[in-house]
Amino acid sequence: MTDLAPAPVGPTPRTGSVAAGRFRALLRSPSGLSGAIIVSLLVLLTFASYFSLLSYDPIAQDPPSRLLAPSFTHLFGTDQFGRDVFSRVAAGVANSALIAVVAVTFATVIGTMGGLIAGFFRGIPDVAIGGVTNVLFAFPPLLLALALVSVFDRNWFTIAVAIAIVYVPIFIRVTRGPVLSLREVEYVKAATSTGASRIAVMMRHVLPNITSIIIIQVTLSLSWAVLTEASLSFLGLGAPPPTPSLGSMIFEARTLVYIAPWTMIAPGVIVVLLVVGLNLLGDGLRDILDPRNKGKR
Amino acid sequence: MLKTFSHNSVVRRIGAAALTLLGVAIFVFIMLRAIPGNQITAGLGTEAAALTPAQKLALEQYYGLDQPLVVQFFSWLGNLFTGNLGFSARAQQSVLDLTVASLPVTFELAIFSIVLALLIGIPLGMLSASKPDSPRDALGQIVGLAGLSIPAFLLATALLSVLASSLGFNPNGQAFASLFGDPLLNLQQMLLPSLVLGFGIAAPIMRTTRTAVLEVRSNDFIRTARAKGVPPRRLQLKHVLGNALVPIVTMTGLQFGYLLGGAVVVEQIFSLPGIGRQVLLGIQQKEYALVQSTVLVIALTFVIVNLLTDLTYRLIDPRVRAS
Repeated sequence: MTDLAPAPVGPTPRTGSVAAGRFRALLRSPSGLSGAIIVSLLVLLTFASYFSLLSYDPIAQDPPSRLLAPSFTHLFGTDQFGRDVFSRVAAGVANSALIAVVAVTFATVIGTMGGLIAGFFRGIPDVAIGGVTNVLFAFPPLLLALALVSVFDRNWFTIAVAIAIVYVPIFIRVTRGPVLSLREVEYVKAATSTGASRIAVMMRHVLPNITSIIIIQVTLSLSWAVLTEASLSFLGLGAPPPTPSLGSMIFEARTLVYIAPWTMIAPGVIVVLLVVGLNLLGDGLRDILDPRNKGKR
Repeated sequence: MLKTFSHNSVVRRIGAAALTLLGVAIFVFIMLRAIPGNQITAGLGTEAAALTPAQKLALEQYYGLDQPLVVQFFSWLGNLFTGNLGFSARAQQSVLDLTVASLPVTFELAIFSIVLALLIGIPLGMLSASKPDSPRDALGQIVGLAGLSIPAFLLATALLSVLASSLGFNPNGQAFASLFGDPLLNLQQMLLPSLVLGFGIAAPIMRTTRTAVLEVRSNDFIRTARAKGVPPRRLQLKHVLGNALVPIVTMTGLQFGYLLGGAVVVEQIFSLPGIGRQVLLGIQQKEYALVQSTVLVIALTFVIVNLLTDLTYRLIDPRVRAS
């Protein structure tokens, strides 16, 4: 699966028009368009929450107005402490997004570098990086995250680091295969023969040609990272309360689901939407960027 | 000649798995060392502060913490080989005994989940592939996307609360019944958890089936078989599905990791005394020996399953054996 050879498009610098063309292609595909819309809406919600544009404080308790049904004053109702569920969901999305983005950024940078070095230099670095990858792959992903989180002092950053460690091997594996075939491509050999340093060749001629694979992987990993973070916080191993998190909101809503179903439905629907949106976006990106799909429908 | 080569590659694969396991043991050991404090502070909690230096030294000698790290690692590894996985103070049982009791529960859950996933995923994938870009394809794709996107904990919580309250169906509210003790209750208790996990794995299986079937169908031998007058059902099952099986088996094997991770969540929600719940209880009660040994056992299981998937894959696909 990882031995796909990307179409050797040459080391052309990415121009604005190519990017714009791809963006238009993304919006033309039904899954890409719906993914982009969902993700943009949730990003808006995240910003609204970050900059405190929402009418309620997500952690301010207001006992007189507890368990109110959804209305115009409280869009998604209130929870058992009278906290506004909409603001809490928005803050939960913001937290999940922060953790997922930081985790995937770490994983992308470290994993891509690892994959590049392993595939391009072969030899000892390849064996060493391959060994680490195999060891990390020997753990079921959620379990590894769980074990790491239990070791760390828990806050949003350590959770992000734990999730990042889980996803590093995926990026290594996804990039190493294409790099292996790219290093044999004529123009890469030509660049090496002109006397350019191997690191320069790797960064200038190999890396740009695996960006589409990385972009697809980033989108899909973001959706997994959101799911992992939500699962951890559901199990009580997420950011400590009162930090709003979609997973812990669903956990708290278990006992309330009959008297106040909105306390579970709101975070539940939003977490699913977030993951669906990222998955659709990933599928749409794969359709336009993955060379294996060239010529297919 | 061919046979010796494939035999050697099997040996190599097993050797690689053994090396990976050694790496896993080192990783888990480092993780154990990374915990702030040590067995003494973890065991005594705040009371550890009241220890005199002499008491502390005595305890360190007792636990072997005064030895160099390498010595500690090998004595720990040696203990593992003799089946000494540590002792759970809360359960007053050895971790080995706990694991022997919990592992079969998780295995049962895993087998049911995989069977359900294959029963949902393969027909749905074939249905989708039978007419690409049609409404039935869209239906298959939507179910697939739902399986990938609905977190197991959400599906499990929602199912449990809705079924328990509206239908009064909550077999998991009773004490856990073993498969051989009370098979009927056991199967009822396994139903919802394996449905939840199976639904999650059905999605990638469905997607893989769809792609593989589409790919196989474009081959010449399918056209030949059709021209020969092979009945459609036989064509679909024997010629198409038979050849699409390799990626499906691989994908199913890969999902085992999801399954073991998902088991933590699902066993917790449905109160199944499996290995996932054992890890979680260990984490909650700060019993690090229990956590680390159980994590190691799970990783060991995972590596073995991957190895078996790999070997099965050689068995069903002669092309892999030859290459």
